[in-house]
Amino acid sequence: MSASAPAATTAPALRRTPIPRVGARGLLRTLSRNPSFVLGAALIALLIGFALVGRFFTTYNNAFPLSGPPSLPPSADWIFGTDADGRDLFAVIVYGSLLTLKIGVIAGCLGLGIGTTLAFISAYRGGWFDIVLRVVVDVLITVPTLLVLVVIASVIHRSMNTTIMGIIIALLAWREPTRQIRSQVLVMREAQYVKLAVLNGASAVRVIFLEMMPNLLPFLGANLVIAISQAVLASIGLEALGLGSPSEPTLGLTIYWMMNESAFMLGMWWWIIEPIAVLIILFVGFFLLSAGLDEIANPRLRRAEG
Amino acid sequence: MFLAVIWVASTLNFFVPRLAPGNPIEDKMLAQVEYGGSSVDVQALAKAYNAKFGLDKPLLSQYLSYMHDILHFDLGYSITDYPTRVTTIILHALPWTIGLLATTTLLAFLLGTLLGALSVWRGAPRIFLGCVPLFMILSAVPFYLFGLILIYVFATVLQWLPLSGGMGIRSNPSLSLSFAWEVLRHSILPAASILLASVGIWALSMRGMMVTVQGEDYMTYAEALGLTGRRRFLQYGLRNAILPQITLLALSLGHILSGSILVELVFGYPGVGQQLFRAIQNQDYFVIYGIVLVLICAIAIAMLVVDLVNPLLDPRIRHARRAN
Repeated sequence: MSASAPAATTAPALRRTPIPRVGARGLLRTLSRNPSFVLGAALIALLIGFALVGRFFTTYNNAFPLSGPPSLPPSADWIFGTDADGRDLFAVIVYGSLLTLKIGVIAGCLGLGIGTTLAFISAYRGGWFDIVLRVVVDVLITVPTLLVLVVIASVIHRSMNTTIMGIIIALLAWREPTRQIRSQVLVMREAQYVKLAVLNGASAVRVIFLEMMPNLLPFLGANLVIAISQAVLASIGLEALGLGSPSEPTLGLTIYWMMNESAFMLGMWWWIIEPIAVLIILFVGFFLLSAGLDEIANPRLRRAEG
Repeated sequence: MFLAVIWVASTLNFFVPRLAPGNPIEDKMLAQVEYGGSSVDVQALAKAYNAKFGLDKPLLSQYLSYMHDILHFDLGYSITDYPTRVTTIILHALPWTIGLLATTTLLAFLLGTLLGALSVWRGAPRIFLGCVPLFMILSAVPFYLFGLILIYVFATVLQWLPLSGGMGIRSNPSLSLSFAWEVLRHSILPAASILLASVGIWALSMRGMMVTVQGEDYMTYAEALGLTGRRRFLQYGLRNAILPQITLLALSLGHILSGSILVELVFGYPGVGQQLFRAIQNQDYFVIYGIVLVLICAIAIAMLVVDLVNPLLDPRIRHARRAN
């Protein structure tokens, strides 16, 4: 947060609107005004931290059947209990959380990347590309995500793994970011500082990356978090339908096993509660984080709240 | 636009599954041989079946006959449950899904909109303000996760309500009061899990709209006229803020549908979601096609209806049309 000023080193014509530099204290103050961001980030960090630290206490093999006695409630030896097939649920949760997040991050990043690229081309070039893209997005956005993914996933069912799952989900994950970012870029293009840069003869690349991108960052961040959360949602849905990778212990697969092997009838509450609790922490964390980023991206919201 | 959606959906629906490496007919034959130990020539049998279902013809002619059939509302036969027609399977399951989905969506929409509006309305009880963050957080959690928790609490531990299904195993559908009660009892938990999670969606957006509307000049004007709080709330505030909500309703239908499919799965509710799950497990092409297509069409129709109803609700659009 030191007050380095890259604007001074670039051509003087490209001077940006001054961004108030904040020190550590200013940062703290901003954060304290944005509790949803702090809480959301804390929840996600807690979960990732748990998954990373948990690795030191168990091994990947424990997340598979017959690593322990079946159907044990939580105890000193098996702190999260075991499921009906003798998986150590502690290992399942530790490794499953990260695997599920991996799917979300792959799909979210791909979706946002594709979406941002398309949005910039579309909003900047206009013309037929813009028209076609708009119609395509409008049509695709009405299609229920899960149904399309079901059709695709049922096709490559046999070679499914978490990476492929992420890529499949990304096939539809670009729709929302494209639409959101496109309209944001259209607004931004009319902003004074962008017009000034264009008048100064800055190239399109320069305007996009040096003028628009920095101002878009919180907005992109919020979109990324939403995309990741949607992707995790879709992956859990596919896995619960039995379309996930059968050999990687993700959280969704855990839910699939739990439903299929009737944990309810057996009254194995730990098998039911644990994956659900982790997922609720994850989703609520993402929700708060994106709301917080939205607030940073869109200061008008801050005033509306007050 | 409406037709485009349906055409894209049906075409995608046709081609994507055909890229599958597996052949459903042969798979099914092999499975039957393994079960029953009948030593018929599987290859020959599969060929005969392929001819029967038209799976041996070139892709283009398959596509054309598929399109032709769809236009005649013929979705073919189920491969697993031959000779049941796909249309029959869907028609059996659809009332359950529509009943559950329509009721809960409507209820959630009304409750959420009202809650969101009241939460920022000056002069409304403060309790509404406290409700909104709670429901917002609930809305971040997928429907079926609530479903699983509700099942555990109310069906396993307390045993107040049935664990799964749409009606008792032994009961026959009839128009009696006791049967209606049974159906209702089975639908409480699925409905509650959809409601809990979706009220927040509406409350959140309504709150935003209401904040904007309250700053408008006509609200000050209404206050200056000395109109009662109730009248200002209903006719000046709610009336203006609710229009974007209806557009949002059209856009969210797909999302809600996806969620409720999984809710059906979780609860073993005998709707379309359950049939879809079965079809996926059996690689039953025609049933998967049929269900996905029917659901996408249903969404498209619902959106069309909302599009047509919107101008009726919004006098500004109505007047603009007349002026043209």
